[in-house]
Amino acid sequence: MELNANNENEVLVKPPISSVGVIGWIKGNLFSSPFNTILTIIIVSILWFSILPFLNWALIDSSWLPDANCRESGGACWSIISSNYKIILFGFYPQDILWRPITAIVMLVSLLCISRNRNYWNAFLGYSWLISLIIMGILLKGGILGLEPVDIERWGGIILTLLLSVFGLTAAYPLGIILALGRQSEMPVIKTFCIFYIELIRGVPLISLLFMSSVVFPLFLPEGVSINAILRAQVAIIMFTAAYVAEVVRGGLQGMNKGQFEAADSIGLNYFQTMRLIILPQALKIVIPPSVSVLISAFKDTSLVVIIGLYDLLKTTQTTLSEPKWMGFSAEAYIFIALIYFVCCFFMSNYSRKLEKELDTGL
Amino acid sequence: MSDEKIKKEDISSEDTVIEIVNMHKWYGDFHVLNNININVKKKEIIVVCGPSGSGKSTLIRCINRLEEHQKGQIVVDGVELTKDLKNIEKVRSEVGMVFQHFNLFPHLTIVENLTIGPIWVRKVPKKEAEETAMYYLEKVQIAEQAAKFPGQLSGGQQQRVAIARSLCMKPNIMLFDEATSALDPEMVKEVLDVMIDLAHGGMTMIVVTHEMGFAKSVAHRVLFMDEGQIIEENEPEEFFNNPQNDRTKLFLSQILY
Repeated sequence: MELNANNENEVLVKPPISSVGVIGWIKGNLFSSPFNTILTIIIVSILWFSILPFLNWALIDSSWLPDANCRESGGACWSIISSNYKIILFGFYPQDILWRPITAIVMLVSLLCISRNRNYWNAFLGYSWLISLIIMGILLKGGILGLEPVDIERWGGIILTLLLSVFGLTAAYPLGIILALGRQSEMPVIKTFCIFYIELIRGVPLISLLFMSSVVFPLFLPEGVSINAILRAQVAIIMFTAAYVAEVVRGGLQGMNKGQFEAADSIGLNYFQTMRLIILPQALKIVIPPSVSVLISAFKDTSLVVIIGLYDLLKTTQTTLSEPKWMGFSAEAYIFIALIYFVCCFFMSNYSRKLEKELDTGL
Repeated sequence: MSDEKIKKEDISSEDTVIEIVNMHKWYGDFHVLNNININVKKKEIIVVCGPSGSGKSTLIRCINRLEEHQKGQIVVDGVELTKDLKNIEKVRSEVGMVFQHFNLFPHLTIVENLTIGPIWVRKVPKKEAEETAMYYLEKVQIAEQAAKFPGQLSGGQQQRVAIARSLCMKPNIMLFDEATSALDPEMVKEVLDVMIDLAHGGMTMIVVTHEMGFAKSVAHRVLFMDEGQIIEENEPEEFFNNPQNDRTKLFLSQILY
């Protein structure tokens, strides 16, 4: 009986008002001590003096419509985007058939969004990916079904950025896992090869790999044979990213408890089953945060292909900026593509957090 | 199933399942197992005890080749364990092992932990494997936890799941490597009960343990190891009441008080 009475009392007791709600939060987090109070005031005033002018520049004094005369207003010139978005987003892709890349990108993004949910991962989704990729290829390349052919050299802007990064990352990740497993291998030839590969690739900058692929590599090809520049850049990005993924995955493999290997051995699983069913699912889960870091930086590194003359998102923006009419408005253009990059990167890091939460099994 | 220890006479002297002859193992220069000779019959229960670092665990880990021996012979179920043994998985699937730290697969549910071996190694259909899994979970009295993850279970429950996982492979031999030493005291009994049950059911078992009560009630032989050698081997009663070797006497006086 006494226990019950206690319980009733407990229900009635509420925390003091000053520790909950908005006031409680402000008191606890912003003004908890004299030092924190001063910090709060300083930070608020810095925000006041920096954010307000920025908002004024970006939203109030700005011009938005295409072909507006930006030089007269003192604010941001978003007209550079509204006038040139076709060039910035799609490069030199023929402007009268832009519905084709737009459809392809919409397909890609919707598939990516659907694939976020692991409940939908089944054979059907796999086939959807396969068929969609073929359709996307046909849409972009044309040449059959009465679609006007478009030279691959003319793919640019966001098409190129997405192409290089989506294929680059999806190919680099499994390759990185194989390299990591190879580096742990007991077979000396495989182990040495993997160590050599990883250390060599990590020891050179991506730019030099891109140069190698675009300048040096073609020298070794027989006359008359040429491999597309985009494909060469793609391979360089995959090779580069895989080496970094490999080291991250190796960290996860080494973090695994030896008991897991022994338990898998003791029930008779062979090497591949042990890795696929027991070790990798756990090791990859541990390394989700660093792997996503690697993938995000690889995504941003695709912008380095400007160096070898490919027109990715960054390069098409620069092209627009070199027009006399739009010179001096680089801030607006760069803010715009920064937003695009940010949205993609945020998508990835957000997904990784979701995945971590889903895979958490309490141990 | 009787509550009596399986009679010595019931153990046929012909059915040798594990034979270890003049086996040696070194870690670098350290002679961790020195001239081991053991012959285990079908349905026999052998308890291995000895001070820490005496090589008990290493010995039973050699039997399913989690560790490799360097000299001598180990024959398990008629298959000699050698370096060029192609199909070590086959031997391992016939020999169940229970570890001190359970080693359940934390990313799989309890049922998945139990079915992964049968499905992938024995190629049993999933449904049948799940039925077998539930049967053994009932047997270790933990069926209601089937859908949970190992991290949600207590130590004693995890160890019972680990035993059930081994049993799902329908092994001929079970090895227990200090299966109760990592458990809280009040959980030791629930695991020992399962092990005693198994012993009464006629399983061949080699048990590394310091649970002398277990040794007394079900073991047919107790091996005492020190510094990599088996220095005393006897029936439980004799072993506990009338130890021969000084080292054994000292050990027993230290653990029984």
